[in-house]
Amino acid sequence: MPEQSIDDIRRMIARHKLRDHIFAIVGILSLMVGILTLLALFTELAIEGAPRIGWKLFASFPSRHPEEAGILSAWVGTTLIMLVTAASAVPLGVASAVYLEEYARKNWLTAIIEINVTNLAGVPSIVYGLLALGLFVYKLDFGQSILSAGLTLALLILPIVIVSAREAIRAVPGSIREAAYALGATKWQTVRDHVLPYSLGGILTGTIMGLSRAIGETAPVITIGALTFIAFLPQSPFSGDFPFVSFRWLMDPFTVMPIQMFNWTSRPEAAFQHNAAAAGVILLVMTLIMNGIAIYIRYRFRKRIKW
Amino acid sequence: MPSNKANNKYSGRSRLRRVREFIIESVLFLAALSSVATTFAIVSILVIESIPFFRHVPLLDFLTDAQWTPLFDDAHYGIMPLMAGTLVTTAVALLVAIPLGTIIAIYLCEFAPHRVREIIKPFLELLGAVPTVVFGYFALIFVTPVLQKLIPALPGFNMLSAGLVMGIMIVPYIASVSEDAMHAVPKHILEGSYAMGATRFQTAVRVIIPSAFSGIAAAYILGISRAVGETMIVAIAAGQQPNLTLNPMEPAATISAYIVQVSLGDLPHGSIGYQTIFVAGLSLMLITLIFNIVGYFLAKRFREVY
Repeated sequence: MPEQSIDDIRRMIARHKLRDHIFAIVGILSLMVGILTLLALFTELAIEGAPRIGWKLFASFPSRHPEEAGILSAWVGTTLIMLVTAASAVPLGVASAVYLEEYARKNWLTAIIEINVTNLAGVPSIVYGLLALGLFVYKLDFGQSILSAGLTLALLILPIVIVSAREAIRAVPGSIREAAYALGATKWQTVRDHVLPYSLGGILTGTIMGLSRAIGETAPVITIGALTFIAFLPQSPFSGDFPFVSFRWLMDPFTVMPIQMFNWTSRPEAAFQHNAAAAGVILLVMTLIMNGIAIYIRYRFRKRIKW
Repeated sequence: MPSNKANNKYSGRSRLRRVREFIIESVLFLAALSSVATTFAIVSILVIESIPFFRHVPLLDFLTDAQWTPLFDDAHYGIMPLMAGTLVTTAVALLVAIPLGTIIAIYLCEFAPHRVREIIKPFLELLGAVPTVVFGYFALIFVTPVLQKLIPALPGFNMLSAGLVMGIMIVPYIASVSEDAMHAVPKHILEGSYAMGATRFQTAVRVIIPSAFSGIAAAYILGISRAVGETMIVAIAAGQQPNLTLNPMEPAATISAYIVQVSLGDLPHGSIGYQTIFVAGLSLMLITLIFNIVGYFLAKRFREVY
């Protein structure tokens, strides 16, 4: 080996250190690309949408005149569909997670279910739309209704709910379960009275994250045949006569926020772009609020529970 | 005998309890099976609805015809134009997302101070949570005009701007999954590297990336699946004309954009147009599946066992 002078070694170290610094700068720049895009997106939407955002936007139906067009049918549709989605995805997802974590024996069937949940998370969302079109709309004859859309989005977010609920359940220490068994509780009593209450935070976080994904989903809802122009509301869930609650709205046609925005974006008239931007701002704010709540709940539950 | 009676009472109750436990376990099991049923339903619906199409159109025509015009009088059913659109937008997106995502993952894992990480990560999560229709609007209204200043000949609808925005959308997924994989590399391996006098950059490139390769590959595959299946950005910003080209400056439709375009119109159940969207969906699933299998074997081939 040729002799290296101390200066050579120093120079080599300096060179490598320089590379370290250069990479740190490249890293920050890469992060900046993402953050700046996000900022540009927010500013663009806010500037373009500002003239339309106001009470009138929420209280008006879509219209051919951009100044009068609003998102009333869209936000009502989105809210009702989210109700259906939450009501079906949460019980199904939590039950699956409880089974996989607490009951499942280690066998090939469990392995298949686990691999399957992972794979479902990677299925393109539009394929769920096709599934719903073939299954819910035609085979089960639910039609192009709020029910079909809600169930579609429920299937779409099911993997998210299952995975987060499993993580939350796994985080409950075994000693809690053993204490319950020692007092003679059955498996279900242990799960219901101890495991589920402790994992509630994680389950809520995952559910809200899933719903915030569902709120922005456009493609599957278009595929099942949401209307882009809808100037009436679904039937009211509350009625004057007994039993005061009606579920006929489940079968009504609908539109949702992202479809309304898509519709305005694809209009040739420039004035509608302002409406699209305004709808985008509201959609983004909804997503933001939901994510914010999810992060807050995660934080609160982490802080409160100390094993 | 009183004690016997009490025993009977308890055994009756315990039988009831056992029955109830069994019922509950069965219900939970059925719920867990629902995800398998979903997969099964997806595959069977796509196949069942595609079969009539392939009775009408020979598979060879489907794979080799250079035109896709199923709703015209002169109908052609070649998947190649839609496939080309999907591959070009995916390639553009990955050219953005893979370098950026990997660099961000390395930076967050090895370089960034703790404070910076805690501040930056929620922003990245937020970038991943933006609805795709909003990204589509952004690509059409903001990114395309900016690109047109650089490339004056660029048409209003083009795959370049859709692909670029899609790439930015995928960055958070790739960054966070690769970062998790990098964090899972055992600390003693890193410490060994540092003890030998390696810099952080050397450790990242020669130790962390090879050790975490299977996880990083999984992140890339996830990114590819996202890009292939992404719909709204391309439907809004790339135009909806099937166009057999590999030039990202041109407008073109992707498989998913075609499905959306046809769904927006009135589509009678059982018509050839109705069948084509299921065929398109089946093709989309097959592409995703191929990438997933490739990724699985890549990950297996390079998996490091500690």
